[in-house]
Amino acid sequence: MLAYVVRRLLWGLVLLLLVSALTFVVFYVLPSADPAALRAGRNASPETLAAIRHNLELDRPLTAQFGHFLERLVLHGDLGYSYYSDAPVRSLLADRLGATVSLTLGAVVIWVLVSVPLGILSALRPRSWLDRITMGGALVAVSVPVYWLGLVALYLFADDIGRWPLLPGAGSYVPLVRDPGGWFTSLLLPWLVLAATFAAIYARLLRSQLVETMAEDYVRTARAKGLSERRVVLRHGLRAAMTPFVTLVGLDVGLLLGGAVLTETVFAIPGIGRLNYDAITHADFPVIQGTVLVAALFVILANIAVDVAYAYLDPRVRRA
Amino acid sequence: MSAALTIEDLRVAFATEEGELRAVDGVSLAVARGRTLGLVGESGSGKSVTALAAMGLLPAGARVSGRVLLDGEDVLGAPAERLRALRGAAIAMVFQDPLSALHPLLRVGAQVAEAVRAHAAVSRAAARARSLELLELVGIPEPARRLDAYPHELSGGQRQRALIAIALANEPHVLIADEPTTALDVTVQAQILALLARLRDELGMAMVLISHDLGVVAGAADEIAVVYAGRVVERAPAGELLAAPQHPYTWGLLTSTPRIDAPRGAELVPIPGRPPSLVHPPPGCRFEPRCAYARPAHRRLDPPLEPLAGAEAHEVACLLPEAARGELWRRLAQGASPAEARAAVPLAEDAP
Repeated sequence: MLAYVVRRLLWGLVLLLLVSALTFVVFYVLPSADPAALRAGRNASPETLAAIRHNLELDRPLTAQFGHFLERLVLHGDLGYSYYSDAPVRSLLADRLGATVSLTLGAVVIWVLVSVPLGILSALRPRSWLDRITMGGALVAVSVPVYWLGLVALYLFADDIGRWPLLPGAGSYVPLVRDPGGWFTSLLLPWLVLAATFAAIYARLLRSQLVETMAEDYVRTARAKGLSERRVVLRHGLRAAMTPFVTLVGLDVGLLLGGAVLTETVFAIPGIGRLNYDAITHADFPVIQGTVLVAALFVILANIAVDVAYAYLDPRVRRA
Repeated sequence: MSAALTIEDLRVAFATEEGELRAVDGVSLAVARGRTLGLVGESGSGKSVTALAAMGLLPAGARVSGRVLLDGEDVLGAPAERLRALRGAAIAMVFQDPLSALHPLLRVGAQVAEAVRAHAAVSRAAARARSLELLELVGIPEPARRLDAYPHELSGGQRQRALIAIALANEPHVLIADEPTTALDVTVQAQILALLARLRDELGMAMVLISHDLGVVAGAADEIAVVYAGRVVERAPAGELLAAPQHPYTWGLLTSTPRIDAPRGAELVPIPGRPPSLVHPPPGCRFEPRCAYARPAHRRLDPPLEPLAGAEAHEVACLLPEAARGELWRRLAQGASPAEARAAVPLAEDAP
């Protein structure tokens, strides 16, 4: 198992290298704003522009730039400096990670806590009103963009612009270490919005899995033992139905840790996603590169974690 | 001896898109402790549904009538909680495919211990000790190691033994074995059947052995009931049924199964056609469309299950005259084809 994880991690490094090279190519090949022009201000002379280009190393060949980037990253763990704010990219990322992790984990807890009981109940009572509501909810959740849901939530419940000012609105984020209470209330609305888009889909996934496993022979065996229905469902049915659910949670967490761009933007949460969004609008290439790498890293780690978890959840996989 | 399990006029129907499907249509059976009843028939004949009805495990949509008496207690109308208390304790079941009947993600020992703890308030350690005892009882090698194994780590025969251990956890009075050997190699089949017979005697259980294979049941059962399209068409003590079978369907089962004592050169004769629809069963004798000896009148007349003239214990549901049946079987047993037998035995065209 350890050898497997090490091998996967090495492949992950190769993947990160490819991702960063691709980001370079995409940024320079596709037409985008000129970072030098954005920094030089209006009516800058060609000399100023050239000087800025030289400063940012933009006048060197692409391969040389990429080589220098890799050299700094590998030897010093340095991701360069932001064109826009002059701060080191590494510290920008470190500053933003807390918010993204907070947003992601809180939302995961909510959507898992909501979707598991909903999924179980609608699997056990197919076509009941509860089943129909989660079915409808899933349809709405898939169709509705999260930024629209976020704006509606702000319009209804934010304490500054809301019709029913119940919760802190956009831009109210405070780090956990500074003010735990404020951290919790400021994130409640974004958590609920982000969780809403996932909860119904997860409930449907669990429902369909559980409907399938409850028809399995081993569930009949469990009933034949004279076990209580509760135990039959939770220990026998759910145990087998959880595997794909857990897999998907892992993958989605990896994705969100790379930055829930839309949610962070709507609620003005200073996270990785928001940083990425700002960096793109400012053609701030080092920061774009840094946020993309962080996102890729989380996706890779999540995939490895899911595969390891899979082996623990299903003994048949362990052998293969 | 009074029967441990008695089934009286059991009827089970399911609603389908085409109409009501009568899976079991008036089945009556009884087994005493220490005895084995063989239930034989094709798939879809209602054997397994009968077993599930006895276990109280029919799906929610099933419409059930009749009586299922377990040690004299009617379990058919019993409340769910009472059924749960009986299931796995007074009556237990061994299922067909041991790989799919065991939970793939739980250790074997945990699955056995769970059956113990479902009916006895014992500690985890005591349940584990009892599980070890049970695995030993069913003859699993290195039982202590197997406790911590997962089902996919056991052989097919060991899995079936583990399932039997689960069924025996609370020493039931009635054990239903539904095709317990179908998924196994022939040599392992014999071992499992011998094991079931030994356990039945040791624990004094009444056993119902369900199989599509008359050969499997022939050696293991004291009494055999042949089921066709939801009904018992013939019932007799095993030796009697094999020596003097009365129903053309039973003849079909016997001549389509390879037998060591068959005459040299005798060909295997498959039963033509398929079992009838249980939504729209034939109006007369249900076997009539596939019967080589049916008369026109048999399309209208539905034969009841009646004892033979000389033998109370041997019952058959057939419209052919008893003398003609004896003649026909005598020829079939000698290796005649159904057409040859039919040509040699005169049967009145219009009368039954």
